[in-house]
Amino acid sequence: MKTVLRDLLSRPSGAIGLFLVVFHLVLALVSPLIAPHDYRELSALSALQPPGADHWFGNDHLGRDTFSRTLLGGREALLVTGIATPLAVIWGGFLGIFFGLVGGRLDDVLMRVVDAFLSLPWILKMLVLIVTFGTGAGVLIPALAFFYGIPVIRVARAATHDVVARDFVEAARARGHSSMSIIWRELFPNVRDALLVEGAMRWSWMLLAFSSLSFLGFGVSPPTPDWGLMIADARGYMSFAPWGVLAPVIALSSLIIGINLTADALAKALGIDRVQKAPI
Amino acid sequence: MLGLLIRRLALGIVTILLVSVIIFAGVEILPGDACTAFLEREAQGKLLENCRSDLGLNRSATERYFDWASAAIQGDFGVSAGSKKSIATLVGDRLKNTLLLAVCAMAAGIPLALMLGIVSGLWRDKPADLVISTLTIFAMTIPEFVTATLLILVFSVWLGWVPGIVLTSANAPVSEFFPEILLPMTVLALVMIAHILRTVRSSVIETLSSDYAQMATLKGVPYWRMVFRHVLPNALLPTINVIALTIAWLLGGVVVIETVFNYPGLGRMMIDSISDRDLPVTQAIALIISSVYVCVNLLADLLSLVANPRLRTAQLQ
Repeated sequence: MKTVLRDLLSRPSGAIGLFLVVFHLVLALVSPLIAPHDYRELSALSALQPPGADHWFGNDHLGRDTFSRTLLGGREALLVTGIATPLAVIWGGFLGIFFGLVGGRLDDVLMRVVDAFLSLPWILKMLVLIVTFGTGAGVLIPALAFFYGIPVIRVARAATHDVVARDFVEAARARGHSSMSIIWRELFPNVRDALLVEGAMRWSWMLLAFSSLSFLGFGVSPPTPDWGLMIADARGYMSFAPWGVLAPVIALSSLIIGINLTADALAKALGIDRVQKAPI
Repeated sequence: MLGLLIRRLALGIVTILLVSVIIFAGVEILPGDACTAFLEREAQGKLLENCRSDLGLNRSATERYFDWASAAIQGDFGVSAGSKKSIATLVGDRLKNTLLLAVCAMAAGIPLALMLGIVSGLWRDKPADLVISTLTIFAMTIPEFVTATLLILVFSVWLGWVPGIVLTSANAPVSEFFPEILLPMTVLALVMIAHILRTVRSSVIETLSSDYAQMATLKGVPYWRMVFRHVLPNALLPTINVIALTIAWLLGGVVVIETVFNYPGLGRMMIDSISDRDLPVTQAIALIISSVYVCVNLLADLLSLVANPRLRTAQLQ
Protein backbone atom coordinates (compact mmCIF):
# COMPACT_ATOMS: atom_id res chain seq x y z
CA MET A 1 0.00 0.00 0.00
CA LYS A 2 2.76 2.42 0.97
CA THR A 3 4.87 1.56 -2.06
CA VAL A 4 1.87 2.07 -4.33
CA LEU A 5 1.26 5.50 -2.83
CA ARG A 6 4.92 6.40 -3.25
CA ASP A 7 4.87 5.22 -6.86
CA LEU A 8 1.69 7.23 -7.40
CA LEU A 9 3.22 10.42 -6.02
CA SER A 10 6.43 9.98 -7.96
CA ARG A 11 4.52 10.30 -11.25
CA PRO A 12 3.65 13.88 -12.18
CA SER A 13 0.12 12.90 -13.25
CA GLY A 14 -0.45 11.01 -10.00
CA ALA A 15 0.85 13.85 -7.82
CA ILE A 16 -1.21 16.51 -9.60
CA GLY A 17 -4.28 14.29 -9.74
CA LEU A 18 -4.15 13.26 -6.11
CA PHE A 19 -3.59 16.87 -5.08
CA LEU A 20 -6.70 17.98 -7.00
CA VAL A 21 -8.84 15.19 -5.54
CA VAL A 22 -7.70 15.78 -1.96
CA PHE A 23 -8.10 19.53 -2.43
CA HIS A 24 -11.73 19.09 -3.55
CA LEU A 25 -12.53 16.61 -0.78
CA VAL A 26 -11.12 18.90 1.92
CA LEU A 27 -12.92 21.87 0.41
CA ALA A 28 -16.21 19.96 0.37
CA LEU A 29 -15.78 19.24 4.09
CA VAL A 30 -14.83 22.73 5.23
CA SER A 31 -16.65 24.91 2.69
CA PRO A 32 -19.72 25.59 4.92
CA LEU A 33 -17.31 27.07 7.47
CA ILE A 34 -15.31 29.23 5.11
CA ALA A 35 -17.92 30.38 2.56
CA PRO A 36 -18.00 34.19 2.94
CA HIS A 37 -21.70 34.57 2.04
CA ASP A 38 -24.93 32.65 2.50
CA TYR A 39 -25.53 30.69 -0.72
CA ARG A 40 -29.26 31.53 -0.57
CA GLU A 41 -28.83 35.25 0.04
CA LEU A 42 -30.70 37.02 -2.78
CA SER A 43 -30.18 40.61 -3.80
CA ALA A 44 -31.86 42.08 -6.85
CA LEU A 45 -29.66 45.17 -6.79
CA SER A 46 -26.39 43.32 -7.13
CA ALA A 47 -27.54 40.75 -9.69
CA LEU A 48 -24.86 39.86 -12.26
CA GLN A 49 -22.37 42.13 -10.53
CA PRO A 50 -18.81 41.64 -11.88
CA PRO A 51 -16.10 40.21 -9.59
CA GLY A 52 -15.02 42.66 -6.86
CA ALA A 53 -13.54 42.87 -3.39
CA ASP A 54 -16.64 41.61 -1.60
CA HIS A 55 -17.83 39.11 -4.23
CA TRP A 56 -14.67 37.55 -5.63
CA PHE A 57 -16.35 35.72 -8.55
CA GLY A 58 -19.20 38.22 -8.95
CA ASN A 59 -22.89 37.48 -8.50
CA ASP A 60 -25.36 35.32 -10.38
CA HIS A 61 -28.64 36.40 -11.97
CA LEU A 62 -30.37 36.42 -8.57
CA GLY A 63 -27.60 38.36 -6.87
CA ARG A 64 -26.19 35.32 -5.06
CA ASP A 65 -22.46 35.17 -4.39
CA THR A 66 -20.84 32.97 -7.07
CA PHE A 67 -17.70 32.34 -5.02
CA SER A 68 -19.62 30.87 -2.08
CA ARG A 69 -21.83 28.85 -4.39
CA THR A 70 -18.82 27.48 -6.27
CA LEU A 71 -17.19 26.49 -2.98
CA LEU A 72 -20.32 24.60 -1.93
CA GLY A 73 -21.28 23.38 -5.39
CA GLY A 74 -19.45 20.06 -5.25
CA ARG A 75 -20.79 18.79 -1.93
CA GLU A 76 -23.95 17.12 -3.18
CA ALA A 77 -22.14 15.58 -6.16
CA LEU A 78 -19.29 14.25 -3.99
CA LEU A 79 -21.71 12.91 -1.38
CA VAL A 80 -23.89 11.03 -3.90
CA THR A 81 -21.03 9.67 -6.01
CA GLY A 82 -18.90 9.02 -2.93
CA ILE A 83 -21.52 6.60 -1.62
CA ALA A 84 -22.62 5.19 -4.97
CA THR A 85 -19.11 4.35 -6.25
CA PRO A 86 -18.13 1.87 -3.48
CA LEU A 87 -21.59 0.30 -3.66
CA ALA A 88 -21.26 -0.19 -7.42
CA VAL A 89 -17.77 -1.69 -7.11
CA ILE A 90 -18.87 -4.03 -4.30
CA TRP A 91 -21.92 -5.56 -5.94
CA GLY A 92 -20.50 -5.55 -9.46
CA GLY A 93 -17.19 -6.90 -8.23
CA PHE A 94 -18.77 -9.69 -6.21
CA LEU A 95 -21.05 -10.81 -9.02
CA GLY A 96 -18.20 -10.64 -11.54
CA ILE A 97 -15.85 -12.75 -9.39
CA PHE A 98 -18.61 -15.22 -8.57
CA PHE A 99 -19.59 -15.84 -12.18
CA GLY A 100 -15.96 -15.84 -13.26
CA LEU A 101 -15.41 -18.69 -10.83
CA VAL A 102 -18.61 -20.65 -11.43
CA GLY A 103 -18.93 -20.12 -15.19
CA GLY A 104 -21.30 -22.33 -17.15
CA ARG A 105 -24.69 -21.66 -18.66
CA LEU A 106 -25.75 -19.13 -16.02
CA ASP A 107 -22.59 -17.13 -16.73
CA ASP A 108 -23.43 -17.01 -20.47
CA VAL A 109 -26.92 -15.74 -19.74
CA LEU A 110 -25.66 -13.12 -17.30
CA MET A 111 -23.15 -11.77 -19.79
CA ARG A 112 -25.87 -11.34 -22.41
CA VAL A 113 -27.96 -9.39 -19.90
CA VAL A 114 -24.91 -7.25 -19.07
CA ASP A 115 -24.37 -6.58 -22.79
CA ALA A 116 -28.02 -5.65 -23.20
CA PHE A 117 -27.88 -3.19 -20.31
CA LEU A 118 -24.67 -1.64 -21.61
CA SER A 119 -26.20 -1.06 -25.02
CA LEU A 120 -28.74 1.39 -23.56
CA PRO A 121 -27.43 4.94 -23.14
CA TRP A 122 -26.79 5.83 -19.47
CA ILE A 123 -28.87 8.96 -19.64
CA LEU A 124 -31.96 7.05 -20.73
CA LYS A 125 -31.65 4.54 -17.88
CA MET A 126 -31.15 7.30 -15.31
CA LEU A 127 -33.89 9.56 -16.61
CA VAL A 128 -36.55 6.85 -16.68
CA LEU A 129 -35.93 6.15 -12.99
CA ILE A 130 -35.78 9.85 -12.08
CA VAL A 131 -39.04 10.65 -13.86
CA THR A 132 -40.76 7.74 -12.11
CA PHE A 133 -39.37 8.05 -8.61
CA GLY A 134 -38.34 11.70 -8.49
CA THR A 135 -34.83 12.99 -8.00
CA GLY A 136 -32.65 13.54 -4.93
CA ALA A 137 -29.95 11.50 -3.21
CA GLY A 138 -32.43 8.75 -2.19
CA VAL A 139 -33.06 7.89 -5.86
CA LEU A 140 -29.74 8.89 -7.42
CA ILE A 141 -27.50 6.83 -5.10
CA PRO A 142 -29.19 3.44 -5.70
CA ALA A 143 -29.73 4.22 -9.40
CA LEU A 144 -26.09 5.19 -10.01
CA ALA A 145 -24.84 2.29 -7.88
CA PHE A 146 -26.96 -0.17 -9.86
CA PHE A 147 -26.23 1.01 -13.41
CA TYR A 148 -22.53 1.72 -12.85
CA GLY A 149 -22.04 -1.64 -11.15
CA ILE A 150 -22.95 -3.46 -14.36
CA PRO A 151 -19.75 -2.65 -16.28
CA VAL A 152 -17.81 -3.57 -13.12
CA ILE A 153 -19.19 -7.12 -13.45
CA ARG A 154 -17.40 -7.40 -16.77
CA VAL A 155 -14.09 -6.12 -15.46
CA ALA A 156 -14.16 -8.32 -12.35
CA ARG A 157 -15.12 -11.36 -14.41
CA ALA A 158 -12.28 -10.81 -16.88
CA ALA A 159 -9.77 -10.30 -14.07
CA THR A 160 -11.04 -13.48 -12.38
CA HIS A 161 -10.66 -15.48 -15.58
CA ASP A 162 -6.97 -14.56 -15.57
CA VAL A 163 -6.36 -16.26 -12.20
CA VAL A 164 -9.08 -18.88 -11.87
CA ALA A 165 -7.10 -21.56 -13.72
CA ARG A 166 -3.99 -21.08 -11.58
CA ASP A 167 -2.67 -23.72 -9.23
CA PHE A 168 -3.51 -21.97 -5.97
CA VAL A 169 -7.21 -21.87 -6.82
CA GLU A 170 -7.05 -25.54 -7.76
CA ALA A 171 -5.25 -26.25 -4.48
CA ALA A 172 -7.89 -24.42 -2.46
CA ARG A 173 -10.58 -26.49 -4.20
CA ALA A 174 -8.68 -29.67 -3.44
CA ARG A 175 -8.40 -28.68 0.21
CA GLY A 176 -12.20 -28.55 0.19
CA HIS A 177 -12.71 -24.82 0.57
CA SER A 178 -16.16 -23.47 -0.25
CA SER A 179 -16.75 -21.15 -3.21
CA MET A 180 -17.21 -18.22 -0.81
CA SER A 181 -13.88 -18.88 0.85
CA ILE A 182 -12.14 -19.22 -2.52
CA ILE A 183 -13.67 -15.93 -3.67
CA TRP A 184 -12.66 -14.08 -0.54
CA ARG A 185 -9.23 -15.57 0.15
CA GLU A 186 -7.88 -16.57 -3.25
CA LEU A 187 -9.61 -14.54 -5.94
CA PHE A 188 -10.41 -11.20 -4.34
CA PRO A 189 -6.79 -10.32 -3.44
CA ASN A 190 -5.85 -10.88 -7.08
CA VAL A 191 -8.75 -8.90 -8.54
CA ARG A 192 -8.55 -6.05 -6.00
CA ASP A 193 -6.15 -3.88 -8.00
CA ALA A 194 -8.27 -4.06 -11.14
CA LEU A 195 -11.36 -3.18 -9.09
CA LEU A 196 -9.58 -0.22 -7.48
CA VAL A 197 -8.69 1.29 -10.85
CA GLU A 198 -12.15 0.52 -12.23
CA GLY A 199 -13.70 2.16 -9.17
CA ALA A 200 -11.72 5.35 -9.76
CA MET A 201 -12.90 5.44 -13.38
CA ARG A 202 -16.52 4.75 -12.38
CA TRP A 203 -16.31 7.59 -9.89
CA SER A 204 -15.33 10.01 -12.62
CA TRP A 205 -18.12 8.78 -14.95
CA MET A 206 -20.63 9.06 -12.13
CA LEU A 207 -19.64 12.65 -11.46
CA LEU A 208 -20.03 13.33 -15.16
CA ALA A 209 -23.48 11.74 -15.11
CA PHE A 210 -24.51 13.57 -11.95
CA SER A 211 -23.45 16.99 -13.19
CA SER A 212 -24.97 16.38 -16.63
CA LEU A 213 -28.28 15.46 -14.98
CA SER A 214 -28.13 18.60 -12.84
CA PHE A 215 -27.32 20.64 -15.91
CA LEU A 216 -30.38 19.24 -17.70
CA GLY A 217 -32.56 20.00 -14.68
CA PHE A 218 -33.00 16.41 -13.49
CA GLY A 219 -30.49 16.35 -10.65
CA VAL A 220 -30.06 18.72 -7.74
CA SER A 221 -33.06 20.96 -7.09
CA PRO A 222 -32.59 24.67 -6.41
CA PRO A 223 -31.56 26.51 -4.29
CA THR A 224 -28.93 23.86 -3.43
CA PRO A 225 -25.74 25.00 -5.13
CA ASP A 226 -24.40 22.56 -7.71
CA TRP A 227 -21.87 23.12 -10.48
CA GLY A 228 -23.99 21.56 -13.23
CA LEU A 229 -27.02 23.60 -12.24
CA MET A 230 -24.94 26.76 -11.86
CA ILE A 231 -23.57 26.38 -15.40
CA ALA A 232 -27.10 25.84 -16.73
CA ASP A 233 -28.36 28.96 -14.91
CA ALA A 234 -25.46 31.19 -15.89
CA ARG A 235 -25.46 30.14 -19.55
CA GLY A 236 -28.21 32.61 -20.42
CA TYR A 237 -26.16 35.55 -19.13
CA MET A 238 -22.89 34.35 -20.59
CA SER A 239 -22.40 37.31 -22.95
CA PHE A 240 -22.19 39.92 -20.20
CA ALA A 241 -21.41 37.83 -17.09
CA PRO A 242 -19.03 35.04 -18.21
CA TRP A 243 -17.59 34.63 -14.68
CA GLY A 244 -20.81 32.92 -13.62
CA VAL A 245 -20.07 30.13 -16.09
CA LEU A 246 -16.30 30.02 -15.76
CA ALA A 247 -16.13 29.53 -11.98
CA PRO A 248 -18.21 26.30 -11.82
CA VAL A 249 -16.68 25.09 -15.11
CA ILE A 250 -13.17 25.31 -13.66
CA ALA A 251 -14.23 23.70 -10.37
CA LEU A 252 -16.01 20.76 -12.02
CA SER A 253 -13.33 20.20 -14.65
CA SER A 254 -10.47 20.28 -12.16
CA LEU A 255 -12.15 17.63 -10.00
CA ILE A 256 -12.91 15.28 -12.90
CA ILE A 257 -9.45 15.76 -14.44
CA GLY A 258 -7.92 15.13 -11.01
CA ILE A 259 -9.76 11.82 -10.65
CA ASN A 260 -8.77 10.74 -14.14
CA LEU A 261 -5.11 11.61 -13.65
CA THR A 262 -5.12 9.68 -10.37
CA ALA A 263 -6.80 6.69 -12.01
CA ASP A 264 -4.26 6.71 -14.84
CA ALA A 265 -1.31 6.90 -12.46
CA LEU A 266 -2.87 4.27 -10.20
CA ALA A 267 -3.30 1.90 -13.15
CA LYS A 268 0.36 2.37 -14.08
CA ALA A 269 1.52 1.97 -10.46
CA LEU A 270 -0.46 -1.27 -10.10
CA GLY A 271 0.53 -2.53 -13.54
CA ILE A 272 -2.98 -2.68 -14.99
CA ASP A 273 -3.74 -1.65 -18.54
CA ARG A 274 -7.24 -0.38 -18.92
CA VAL A 275 -9.17 -1.14 -22.06
CA GLN A 276 -12.73 -0.05 -21.46
CA LYS A 277 -12.86 3.72 -21.48
CA ALA A 278 -16.28 4.53 -22.92
CA PRO A 279 -18.58 6.19 -20.39
CA ILE A 280 -21.32 3.61 -20.28
CA MET B 1 -14.66 -18.78 -40.09
CA LEU B 2 -18.25 -18.96 -41.34
CA GLY B 3 -19.33 -20.65 -38.12
CA LEU B 4 -17.72 -17.89 -36.13
CA LEU B 5 -19.50 -15.21 -38.15
CA ILE B 6 -22.85 -16.93 -37.65
CA ARG B 7 -22.19 -17.29 -33.93
CA ARG B 8 -21.44 -13.58 -33.62
CA LEU B 9 -24.52 -12.67 -35.60
CA ALA B 10 -26.68 -14.87 -33.38
CA LEU B 11 -25.23 -13.30 -30.23
CA GLY B 12 -26.03 -9.86 -31.60
CA ILE B 13 -29.63 -10.82 -32.30
CA VAL B 14 -29.99 -12.34 -28.83
CA THR B 15 -28.67 -9.11 -27.29
CA ILE B 16 -31.15 -6.97 -29.23
CA LEU B 17 -34.00 -9.28 -28.19
CA LEU B 18 -32.90 -9.02 -24.55
CA VAL B 19 -32.74 -5.24 -24.83
CA SER B 20 -36.29 -5.16 -26.14
CA VAL B 21 -37.41 -7.30 -23.20
CA ILE B 22 -35.59 -5.01 -20.75
CA ILE B 23 -37.12 -1.90 -22.31
CA PHE B 24 -40.58 -3.40 -22.26
CA ALA B 25 -40.28 -4.94 -18.80
CA GLY B 26 -38.81 -1.71 -17.42
CA VAL B 27 -41.96 0.17 -18.34
CA GLU B 28 -44.15 -2.67 -17.03
CA ILE B 29 -42.40 -2.94 -13.66
CA LEU B 30 -42.36 0.78 -12.96
CA PRO B 31 -45.53 2.05 -11.27
CA GLY B 32 -48.26 3.24 -13.63
CA ASP B 33 -48.52 2.67 -17.38
CA ALA B 34 -48.21 4.81 -20.50
CA CYS B 35 -51.66 6.32 -19.89
CA THR B 36 -51.38 7.18 -16.21
CA ALA B 37 -47.91 8.53 -16.89
CA PHE B 38 -49.06 10.75 -19.69
CA LEU B 39 -52.39 11.94 -18.26
CA GLU B 40 -50.95 12.35 -14.74
CA ARG B 41 -53.68 13.82 -12.48
CA GLU B 42 -56.42 13.55 -15.06
CA ALA B 43 -55.86 9.80 -15.22
CA GLN B 44 -59.28 8.59 -14.18
CA GLY B 45 -62.65 7.50 -15.52
CA LYS B 46 -63.46 7.86 -19.21
CA LEU B 47 -60.25 9.64 -20.21
CA LEU B 48 -58.10 6.83 -18.84
CA GLU B 49 -60.35 4.16 -20.41
CA ASN B 50 -60.14 5.82 -23.82
CA CYS B 51 -56.39 6.22 -23.65
CA ARG B 52 -55.91 2.60 -22.60
CA SER B 53 -58.04 1.26 -25.41
CA ASP B 54 -56.32 3.61 -27.90
CA LEU B 55 -52.92 2.23 -26.96
CA GLY B 56 -54.27 -1.31 -26.46
CA LEU B 57 -53.25 -1.52 -22.82
CA ASN B 58 -56.18 -3.75 -21.87
CA ARG B 59 -54.48 -6.94 -23.00
CA SER B 60 -51.94 -9.08 -21.15
CA ALA B 61 -48.29 -7.98 -20.97
CA THR B 62 -46.87 -10.91 -22.95
CA GLU B 63 -49.43 -10.42 -25.71
CA ARG B 64 -48.56 -6.75 -25.92
CA TYR B 65 -44.83 -7.45 -25.93
CA PHE B 66 -45.09 -9.76 -28.93
CA ASP B 67 -47.32 -7.31 -30.78
CA TRP B 68 -44.97 -4.45 -30.02
CA ALA B 69 -41.78 -6.34 -30.88
CA SER B 70 -43.08 -7.86 -34.11
CA ALA B 71 -44.42 -4.48 -35.28
CA ALA B 72 -41.14 -2.79 -34.33
CA ILE B 73 -39.18 -5.22 -36.54
CA GLN B 74 -41.27 -3.99 -39.46
CA GLY B 75 -40.54 -0.36 -38.55
CA ASP B 76 -43.90 0.33 -36.91
CA PHE B 77 -43.52 1.67 -33.38
CA GLY B 78 -47.17 2.46 -32.73
CA VAL B 79 -48.54 5.91 -31.91
CA SER B 80 -47.32 8.58 -29.50
CA ALA B 81 -49.38 8.92 -26.31
CA GLY B 82 -49.24 12.70 -26.65
CA SER B 83 -49.85 13.64 -30.27
CA LYS B 84 -51.43 10.31 -31.35
CA LYS B 85 -49.19 10.53 -34.45
CA SER B 86 -47.25 7.58 -35.82
CA ILE B 87 -43.95 7.31 -33.97
CA ALA B 88 -42.13 6.09 -37.08
CA THR B 89 -42.75 9.40 -38.87
CA LEU B 90 -41.99 11.48 -35.76
CA VAL B 91 -38.70 9.65 -35.26
CA GLY B 92 -37.69 9.57 -38.93
CA ASP B 93 -36.60 13.20 -39.29
CA ARG B 94 -34.95 13.24 -35.90
CA LEU B 95 -32.96 10.10 -36.67
CA LYS B 96 -31.80 11.66 -39.95
CA ASN B 97 -30.63 14.81 -38.13
CA THR B 98 -28.75 12.85 -35.45
CA LEU B 99 -27.10 10.70 -38.12
CA LEU B 100 -26.10 13.87 -39.99
CA LEU B 101 -24.46 15.20 -36.83
CA ALA B 102 -22.75 11.89 -36.10
CA VAL B 103 -21.50 11.37 -39.65
CA CYS B 104 -20.08 14.91 -39.84
CA ALA B 105 -18.31 14.45 -36.51
CA MET B 106 -16.91 11.10 -37.61
CA ALA B 107 -15.78 12.34 -41.02
CA ALA B 108 -13.84 15.14 -39.36
CA GLY B 109 -12.78 13.24 -36.24
CA ILE B 110 -11.61 9.78 -37.29
CA PRO B 111 -8.89 10.80 -39.81
CA LEU B 112 -7.63 13.50 -37.43
CA ALA B 113 -7.59 11.04 -34.51
CA LEU B 114 -5.62 8.44 -36.49
CA MET B 115 -3.10 11.03 -37.66
CA LEU B 116 -2.54 12.61 -34.25
CA GLY B 117 -2.44 9.19 -32.58
CA ILE B 118 0.28 7.99 -34.95
CA VAL B 119 2.26 11.21 -34.48
CA SER B 120 2.17 11.02 -30.69
CA GLY B 121 2.94 7.29 -30.74
CA LEU B 122 5.97 7.64 -33.03
CA TRP B 123 7.31 10.67 -31.15
CA ARG B 124 6.52 9.31 -27.71
CA ASP B 125 7.40 11.64 -24.81
CA LYS B 126 8.60 14.32 -27.23
CA PRO B 127 7.03 17.82 -27.03
CA ALA B 128 4.42 17.03 -29.72
CA ASP B 129 3.26 13.95 -27.82
CA LEU B 130 3.13 15.76 -24.50
CA VAL B 131 0.96 18.52 -25.96
CA ILE B 132 -1.35 16.06 -27.73
CA SER B 133 -1.64 13.75 -24.71
CA THR B 134 -2.42 16.58 -22.30
CA LEU B 135 -5.10 17.99 -24.60
CA THR B 136 -6.50 14.46 -24.94
CA ILE B 137 -7.03 14.17 -21.20
CA PHE B 138 -8.91 17.46 -21.20
CA ALA B 139 -11.10 16.53 -24.17
CA MET B 140 -11.85 13.09 -22.79
CA THR B 141 -12.71 13.94 -19.21
CA ILE B 142 -14.45 17.30 -19.25
CA PRO B 143 -18.24 16.77 -19.49
CA GLU B 144 -19.73 17.48 -22.93
CA PHE B 145 -22.00 20.21 -21.64
CA VAL B 146 -18.99 22.05 -20.21
CA THR B 147 -17.03 21.80 -23.48
CA ALA B 148 -20.12 22.92 -25.36
CA THR B 149 -20.68 25.90 -23.07
CA LEU B 150 -17.04 26.98 -23.36
CA LEU B 151 -17.07 26.67 -27.15
CA ILE B 152 -20.25 28.74 -27.35
CA LEU B 153 -18.68 31.36 -25.06
CA VAL B 154 -15.52 31.63 -27.14
CA PHE B 155 -16.68 31.11 -30.72
CA SER B 156 -20.14 32.57 -30.76
CA VAL B 157 -20.32 35.04 -27.87
CA TRP B 158 -16.81 36.49 -27.93
CA LEU B 159 -15.67 35.94 -31.50
CA GLY B 160 -19.09 35.78 -33.16
CA TRP B 161 -17.87 33.34 -35.84
CA VAL B 162 -20.60 30.70 -35.66
CA PRO B 163 -24.12 30.56 -34.26
CA GLY B 164 -24.28 29.09 -30.76
CA ILE B 165 -27.73 27.62 -31.07
CA VAL B 166 -29.59 25.66 -33.74
CA LEU B 167 -32.85 27.23 -34.91
CA THR B 168 -33.47 25.06 -37.97
CA SER B 169 -36.65 22.97 -37.71
CA ALA B 170 -36.50 19.19 -37.52
CA ASN B 171 -37.74 18.50 -41.06
CA ALA B 172 -35.54 21.06 -42.84
CA PRO B 173 -33.27 19.77 -45.62
CA VAL B 174 -29.70 18.86 -44.69
CA SER B 175 -28.14 21.94 -46.30
CA GLU B 176 -29.94 24.30 -43.92
CA PHE B 177 -28.12 22.87 -40.90
CA PHE B 178 -24.87 24.53 -41.92
CA PRO B 179 -23.22 26.47 -40.31
CA GLU B 180 -25.29 25.88 -37.17
CA ILE B 181 -24.11 22.28 -36.97
CA LEU B 182 -20.43 23.27 -36.68
CA LEU B 183 -20.24 23.72 -32.90
CA PRO B 184 -22.23 20.61 -31.85
CA MET B 185 -20.21 18.64 -34.38
CA THR B 186 -16.95 19.95 -32.90
CA VAL B 187 -17.92 18.92 -29.37
CA LEU B 188 -18.80 15.41 -30.53
CA ALA B 189 -15.65 15.16 -32.62
CA LEU B 190 -13.41 16.34 -29.75
CA VAL B 191 -14.45 13.53 -27.43
CA MET B 192 -14.27 10.98 -30.23
CA ILE B 193 -10.81 12.11 -31.26
CA ALA B 194 -9.58 11.82 -27.68
CA HIS B 195 -10.76 8.23 -27.23
CA ILE B 196 -9.54 6.94 -30.60
CA LEU B 197 -6.25 8.83 -30.41
CA ARG B 198 -5.36 7.27 -27.07
CA THR B 199 -5.82 3.75 -28.38
CA VAL B 200 -3.89 4.44 -31.57
CA ARG B 201 -1.03 5.94 -29.57
CA SER B 202 -0.63 3.01 -27.19
CA SER B 203 -1.10 0.54 -30.03
CA VAL B 204 1.65 2.20 -32.09
CA ILE B 205 3.99 2.23 -29.09
CA GLU B 206 3.32 -1.44 -28.41
CA THR B 207 3.88 -2.46 -32.04
CA LEU B 208 7.09 -0.41 -32.26
CA SER B 209 8.56 -2.47 -29.44
CA SER B 210 7.39 -5.80 -30.89
CA ASP B 211 9.88 -8.44 -31.98
CA TYR B 212 9.14 -8.10 -35.69
CA ALA B 213 9.54 -4.31 -35.66
CA GLN B 214 12.87 -4.69 -33.82
CA MET B 215 13.88 -7.40 -36.27
CA ALA B 216 13.11 -5.13 -39.21
CA THR B 217 15.23 -2.38 -37.67
CA LEU B 218 18.10 -4.77 -37.04
CA LYS B 219 17.88 -6.04 -40.62
CA GLY B 220 18.49 -2.45 -41.72
CA VAL B 221 15.01 -1.64 -43.03
CA PRO B 222 14.77 2.16 -43.34
CA TYR B 223 12.74 3.71 -40.47
CA TRP B 224 9.82 5.04 -42.50
CA ARG B 225 9.54 1.86 -44.51
CA MET B 226 9.42 -0.06 -41.26
CA VAL B 227 6.74 2.27 -39.90
CA PHE B 228 4.50 2.02 -42.95
CA ARG B 229 5.03 -1.64 -43.81
CA HIS B 230 5.43 -3.31 -40.43
CA VAL B 231 4.08 -1.09 -37.68
CA LEU B 232 1.01 0.80 -38.89
CA PRO B 233 -0.95 -2.06 -40.49
CA ASN B 234 -0.77 -4.01 -37.24
CA ALA B 235 -1.15 -1.03 -34.94
CA LEU B 236 -4.32 0.21 -36.57
CA LEU B 237 -6.26 -3.07 -36.36
CA PRO B 238 -7.43 -2.75 -32.75
CA THR B 239 -8.73 0.75 -33.45
CA ILE B 240 -11.67 -0.74 -35.38
CA ASN B 241 -13.27 -1.83 -32.10
CA VAL B 242 -12.53 1.43 -30.35
CA ILE B 243 -14.09 3.40 -33.18
CA ALA B 244 -17.19 1.23 -32.81
CA LEU B 245 -17.31 1.76 -29.05
CA THR B 246 -16.90 5.49 -29.60
CA ILE B 247 -19.73 5.61 -32.11
CA ALA B 248 -21.84 3.80 -29.56
CA TRP B 249 -20.86 6.35 -26.92
CA LEU B 250 -21.68 9.08 -29.39
CA LEU B 251 -25.32 7.98 -29.48
CA GLY B 252 -25.65 8.55 -25.74
CA GLY B 253 -23.44 11.64 -25.57
CA VAL B 254 -25.38 13.22 -28.36
CA VAL B 255 -28.38 13.52 -26.00
CA VAL B 256 -26.68 16.15 -23.84
CA ILE B 257 -25.11 17.93 -26.81
CA GLU B 258 -28.40 18.14 -28.70
CA THR B 259 -30.07 19.64 -25.64
CA VAL B 260 -27.34 22.24 -25.15
CA PHE B 261 -27.45 23.36 -28.77
CA ASN B 262 -31.20 22.91 -29.19
CA TYR B 263 -30.41 20.54 -32.08
CA PRO B 264 -33.54 18.78 -33.35
CA GLY B 265 -32.24 15.22 -33.15
CA LEU B 266 -33.16 11.89 -31.63
CA GLY B 267 -31.45 12.63 -28.31
CA ARG B 268 -33.43 15.76 -27.57
CA MET B 269 -36.59 13.98 -28.61
CA MET B 270 -35.76 11.29 -26.06
CA ILE B 271 -35.39 13.85 -23.25
CA ASP B 272 -38.62 15.55 -24.33
CA SER B 273 -40.49 12.26 -24.45
CA ILE B 274 -39.24 11.36 -20.97
CA SER B 275 -40.22 14.76 -19.54
CA ASP B 276 -43.64 14.51 -21.23
CA ARG B 277 -43.92 10.90 -20.02
CA ASP B 278 -44.69 9.76 -23.53
CA LEU B 279 -43.61 6.17 -22.87
CA PRO B 280 -44.28 4.66 -26.34
CA VAL B 281 -41.93 7.25 -27.89
CA THR B 282 -39.29 6.64 -25.21
CA GLN B 283 -39.47 2.90 -25.81
CA ALA B 284 -39.10 3.32 -29.56
CA ILE B 285 -36.08 5.63 -29.27
CA ALA B 286 -34.43 3.36 -26.69
CA LEU B 287 -34.85 0.38 -29.00
CA ILE B 288 -33.45 2.27 -32.00
CA ILE B 289 -30.41 3.60 -30.13
CA SER B 290 -29.53 0.26 -28.56
CA SER B 291 -29.99 -1.60 -31.84
CA VAL B 292 -27.60 0.80 -33.55
CA TYR B 293 -25.14 0.22 -30.69
CA VAL B 294 -25.33 -3.56 -31.02
CA CYS B 295 -25.10 -3.44 -34.83
CA VAL B 296 -22.09 -1.12 -34.87
CA ASN B 297 -20.24 -3.30 -32.38
CA LEU B 298 -21.15 -6.42 -34.33
CA LEU B 299 -19.91 -4.85 -37.53
CA ALA B 300 -16.61 -3.92 -35.85
CA ASP B 301 -16.21 -7.47 -34.54
CA LEU B 302 -16.83 -8.94 -37.97
CA LEU B 303 -14.52 -6.41 -39.65
CA SER B 304 -11.67 -7.17 -37.31
CA LEU B 305 -12.22 -10.92 -37.81
CA VAL B 306 -11.94 -10.40 -41.56
CA ALA B 307 -8.94 -8.06 -41.30
CA ASN B 308 -7.02 -10.01 -38.69
CA PRO B 309 -6.81 -13.77 -39.29
CA ARG B 310 -5.04 -14.29 -35.94
CA LEU B 311 -8.27 -13.47 -34.10
CA ARG B 312 -10.11 -16.31 -35.82
CA THR B 313 -8.01 -19.05 -34.28
CA ALA B 314 -7.93 -17.28 -30.92
CA GLN B 315 -11.72 -17.16 -30.90
CA LEU B 316 -12.16 -20.77 -31.86
CA GLN B 317 -10.10 -22.11 -28.98
